[in-house]
Order: sequence, then structure tokens, then C-alpha cells
Amino acid sequence: MYDVFMDPFVQMAQMPDLLVQVLWEGLVSGVLYALIALGFVLIFKASGVFNFAQGIMVVFSALSLVGIYQFLARNGFSGHLAAFVALVGAIGVMFLLAVAVEKIVLRPLVNQPDIILFMATFGITWFLIGLGEIIFGGEPKAMISDQLFLPRGAWNVDMLGGMVVFQKLDVAAAVIASLMIASLAVFFQKTRIGRALRAVADSHKAALSVGISLNQIWVIVWFAAGVVALVAGIMWGARSNVSFSLQIIALKALPVLILGGFTSVPGAIVGGLIIGVGEKLAEFYWGPLVGGGIEAWFAYVIALVFLLFRPQGLFGDKIIERI
Amino acid sequence: MKLSKAAFLLSAALVAGAPLAAPAPAAAQSADTIYVPLFTYRTGAFAGSGIPIANGMRDYLTLLNERDGGIGGVKLVIEECETSYDAKKGLECYEAVKPKSPVMVNPWSTGTTLPLIPRAAVDKIPVLSMAYGLSSSAKGETFPWIFNPPATYWDGFTQILQYIAEQEGGGVEKLKGLKIGYIFLDASFGREPLPLIDKLSKELGFEAKLYPVAASDMQNQSSQWLSVRRDRPNYMILYGWGALNPTAINEAVRTGFPMEKFISIWWPSEDDAAGAGPGAAGFKTLNWHAVGADFPLHQDIRTHVVDKGLSQTAPDKIGQVLYNRGVYNSMLIAEAIRKAQEITGKKVVTGEDVRRGLENLNIDEARLEEIGLGGFTSPVKLTCADHNGHFPTFVQRWDGDSYEKITDYAPPLSQYVLPLLEEDAKAFAERNAPWPARTEPCDN
Repeated sequence: MYDVFMDPFVQMAQMPDLLVQVLWEGLVSGVLYALIALGFVLIFKASGVFNFAQGIMVVFSALSLVGIYQFLARNGFSGHLAAFVALVGAIGVMFLLAVAVEKIVLRPLVNQPDIILFMATFGITWFLIGLGEIIFGGEPKAMISDQLFLPRGAWNVDMLGGMVVFQKLDVAAAVIASLMIASLAVFFQKTRIGRALRAVADSHKAALSVGISLNQIWVIVWFAAGVVALVAGIMWGARSNVSFSLQIIALKALPVLILGGFTSVPGAIVGGLIIGVGEKLAEFYWGPLVGGGIEAWFAYVIALVFLLFRPQGLFGDKIIERI
Repeated sequence: MKLSKAAFLLSAALVAGAPLAAPAPAAAQSADTIYVPLFTYRTGAFAGSGIPIANGMRDYLTLLNERDGGIGGVKLVIEECETSYDAKKGLECYEAVKPKSPVMVNPWSTGTTLPLIPRAAVDKIPVLSMAYGLSSSAKGETFPWIFNPPATYWDGFTQILQYIAEQEGGGVEKLKGLKIGYIFLDASFGREPLPLIDKLSKELGFEAKLYPVAASDMQNQSSQWLSVRRDRPNYMILYGWGALNPTAINEAVRTGFPMEKFISIWWPSEDDAAGAGPGAAGFKTLNWHAVGADFPLHQDIRTHVVDKGLSQTAPDKIGQVLYNRGVYNSMLIAEAIRKAQEITGKKVVTGEDVRRGLENLNIDEARLEEIGLGGFTSPVKLTCADHNGHFPTFVQRWDGDSYEKITDYAPPLSQYVLPLLEEDAKAFAERNAPWPARTEPCDN
């Protein structure tokens, strides 16, 4: 009992610098989870589809970036400018993907039950895995961090009787992800397209009746989700490399969504942070009691607890079903 | 119309994905060929490790076909089956190749190897799990159909411990009081040495700290490395695969863990270490064969395979650690087939014949010279009782650009490993009772 209920808190008090470090690492992971979850939320709000392909979109967009850069480098054009050309190219790829998904998948499936659309995103996933492996190969690729001016190294800050290490890349990831989330929030709250998106989210039929183009909105949200996926892919890829195992991390967005609500942008952010910080604290302080490795499932336990008490999530719309 | 488009989408997705997951087209052993399936993973989360190994294995066997017309005048039918390092797909591959009379299978996954152990004897298909799989399957008396040369995961762990003890200035008694961290893939492979670690930590007096990494979190290891920072182990030992390896090396660099004290089992590649930048210099791994392509065999591979467009290997990858690992694996396959032909006098051998070939495998230095791999590795000799050999390994150090051999070949601590293997083999047979007693004849 002491080990479970007392010792972790004693450790926190004895080594406050490590507690700050754990919280920081959790925050960074949480922001990145939030970024992935945001991609899910955007698409779910606009089309009511849980986009299973969001994970592979993270991998595919990052592979496109690195692949285009490598192509340019093979043809004698490398460095920072080439990296930014590749970045624009990768954004273009995600736009083409959004158009293709809307034309080939969504449009023919209008008015089909949600489960059909959900299964179609499985199809997109397997298609992108196959296409990605055919075009880029299965080998992991190094992210072009230096060429994109992503910083290396760390700031070591003496505090609380110890030292807290802030990796410059993590700081950059947190700042870029926060800016991205903020600008998307502003875009969807303040602009005409954003209002149209919210109208579509409320009711497809009502939106159509006031002249909002459903098809155009779908392209915009899939494109926005693709750009979010690209940013997430760059950040995760820079922490290790770009490989197909990154798509598994994207599944961490599921508990984030359960926690924050499938339709809430602030929910994705707060949910991401709770899951990120929660799993790091659990693994670090309580993990050793059971031999470690609890991080893989702890997020789902948090989500399960939330499901029991608040099925619609922290910020989700309350579900009212007439029976 | 709408539904037909949906059907088209699904078909397209299946067409794109299916060839990557399904076994390759049918090709069976005929009267004048020998069928050698290769379980490989060129796709998925572990492709970074799987691709160079698949290339090395395939190039070596293709060379034998192209240069020598096969083995003993019999062409090899080489067929890859994609497993994505997924045990379920590995078993599907096994079921797919079984009717085609393979002379052996190479699962390339501990998770796939374990369920094949009871099946091998029934199906009469030897399993070659080269330096992976169940450590105690080295005991030929209990596991006549399983072979895992040249060293087990348990051997490897003691070889790392021995190296650590040397760094501390003496024998294994120097391990006493040390704190040794073990970061590992939380799957059959990474969990394999846990019984040995438990026993040795008590016997030798070191404290073991375990850091499991789930497959889903291979690229998300900050918690484990925070724990390393808290626990301050004197040394870290890595048993990783796929994306786990580059991420672990990266995180070690990020957290400032002294790289000279970070030692891995034999799986990390050049790409795994290079990705972490110059800070990874000093990282070490075990190995049992040379790195590089300065061997006559590699020259032959370039001439007869790569230059003819029969290889999927990028020219600059030939000779890298995991490519050479694949070459070594296929050398064992080929030499076992050759030995089976020699013992039985048959040209077209079967799985039963190749099992005997493996039990009588004897690749000495002279034979290595003939193969074109003189000085590439230490000799390999197996017996009916010992299907592993527990051969020596050496430590290689990443210098920021390539791996450099820094120690001589050193044997494992057999006094600790062998009794435990015996015990474990016995326990395995009891757990799986009635485990069949060995009835296969022994030629040595």
C-alpha cells in the first residue's frame, strides 16, 4: 500500500527536478498527441467519419517530404531551400490526397451509414500503406531536421536542487504544434469557411440548403487534417526517424478523443495533454511496481474511466437519444 | 453506381496491400530443385531491420544459382513470404509453404519460432532460428528439429556482462554492486533473457533494472529514458529490433547517457546508430562476423547478382552489418543442404535430410576460405546434442561513421548458461507434456 499510495509522492517531493522533467516530457508528448487527435476531430466534425487513416497520413506525409527532398538532392538540389520546396511539395501531396479522397471515397458514399464510411477509411489506410511502400520503400528515413532549421541540442536548466533538460527540438515541437492548433482554432472559429464547417458539422442538410458546398468543405478538412498530419510526422520523425511504426503512435489519439470528445478542438488539446502527462507520470512513478511498460495501456485506462462517467468526453456534445 | 465505386475502392486498396502481406506465388520443390522459402519483412514497423537481412539472404542464394547452378548441381527455388514481423503472418507463411516441401524454414522472429517448435517434428521441417528464438532449443536431445547457431540470447547476455566486467577491471566478480539497466522490446524476443537475468543478478550480485518498451511505443521511449536518468544504471544493455533501436540510441544521446556504457545484442545496424548523429559515437554491439564487403564472396555477389540486376540491394548497403547477417544465415542454409547431399548421397534432399545436414554442420576455416569468406567469422560445428555451438562473439564500437571491432572473439559464460539451458529445456518438455522423446537417428 505504501509503495502505491505514498512512495511515488515521496519521490516527487524528494526529486522535484525529475517531477518537472516528467511533466515537461508529458507535455511535449501531449501536444503531439493533441496534434494527431486534431486531425481526427476536424474530419469527424465535418463528415461524421472516424478517420482510421489519420495514422498512415502522418507517415505518408512525412515520407513524401523526405522522399521529395531525396529526389531533389539526387538531382543536385539540396540544402534549406530544397527542404522548403519539399515541404511545399508534401503539402501539395496532401492536397491531392484530400481531393482524391473526396472524389473517389466520400462523394460516392454520401448518405451511406457511418460504418461504411469508417470502413472506407480502413481501405484508404491499406491503400496508403501499399502506395507508400511501393514509392518510398519500407526502410526508415531520417527526417531532414537540419535542412528545416529544426534545432538540435538542449538547454540544461538548474532548478529545484537539480537539473531539468529541455531539448530544443521538443521546445520547437511544442511551440510549432501550439501555433498550429491556435491558427486552426482561429481559422475554424473566425473565418467564413470555418463557420461553414461548423454548419456542416451541425447538419449536412441544413448546410446544403443555405448553399454550402459539402464537397468543398470535405476537401478543406481532409487537406487541413493532412497538413496537421505532416506537422506531426515531422516532429515525431525528428525525434527518431520516419518509419511505418509511426502510424501505431497515432492510435494514441483514440483515448485522447474519448477524453476530449470527438467533436471538440479544445477537447483534443486538453485530452492530449492529460493523456501525455498522465501516462508519463504513471510509467515513471507507478510503472516500476509492475515491472514497467504500463504506458502502452494506461492511456486507455484513463479513457475508460472517462467513458464511465462522461461518455461524451470533456467537451463533447451531450448525446441525447430519444427512445 | 455508388456501390460499384465503393467496391472499386476496396478492390484498389486490397490490390495495393495484398501483395505485401500474402505469400508469393506458388513454387514447389520439383524432382530437380530444392525449395528454400525465406520469411522476410520488407514492410511494416520492422522493415528497417528486415530489409537488409532479406537482401543478404536472397543475394547469397541467388549467387549460388547464378554462379554454380545451385547446390550440388541442383537449382534452388527461392521464395520470399512477407511476415511484417508479425507472428500470425509468420504462421500463415509457414502453412503456405508447408505443402511445397521446404527443406527448412527461417522464421526471422522469435514470436513465430516459438509456436513452430512443436510443429517442426510433426511436419519434418527443420527450423533454423539463427541466434534468436528459444535459447534452450539448443538442446538437440529435446529439440531435434530446431537449430539456433551460432549463439543464444542467453550467451549474448553473458558476453555483454563479461565485457562490462572487463571494463570494470576484472572477472565477473567485478559485476557485484553494479546497477545494470536492460531496455528491451516487450515481446517474446526481448523477454527471452529475463530468466537468465533474474538468476545471474542474484548469483553475481548486480542489480538489474528492467525497461520494457511495447511495440506500439518503439518511437516513444521518453518514459524509459527518464527512468534511466532516475535510476542511474552503470551500464545499459539493449535488446531491440526495428524502430526500437534507432529511437533508443537517439534517446540515450538526448539524455546524455554515456554511450561507451551502452551495449547491445547483435541487432543494431549502421542506420540505427547513424540517425542519432555524432553523439552516438561510442555505442557498442556484439557481433560474430565481419562488417564490410572486402571478401571474395561479396565480389561474386556484385558480379553475378547485383550487376545482373537480380538484387534489390543498393550497392552501398552491401557489406553492412545486417546485410552480412543475412549472408551468414544463407551460408548456414547452403552448407546444411550441401552436408545433407553428402550424407545421403542424394542430390534433391528433403527436410529430414537437411535436419541431418544441420546436425553435422562443420564449417571450418578451410571451408570458409573455399566459400569466399575466409576470416569472415569463426568456424561453426554442430552436433546432435548441441544445436547452437555457443560460439564466441566480439564487441564492435560505432565510431560515428562505421562499426569497428574492438575486442577479440570471446566465448559466453557457459558455466552459467548451460545448466540453465538444460533446466529450461526440461521445463519446456514438462510444460508441453507429452513431449515426444527423440527418435531421430544421430550421425555423430
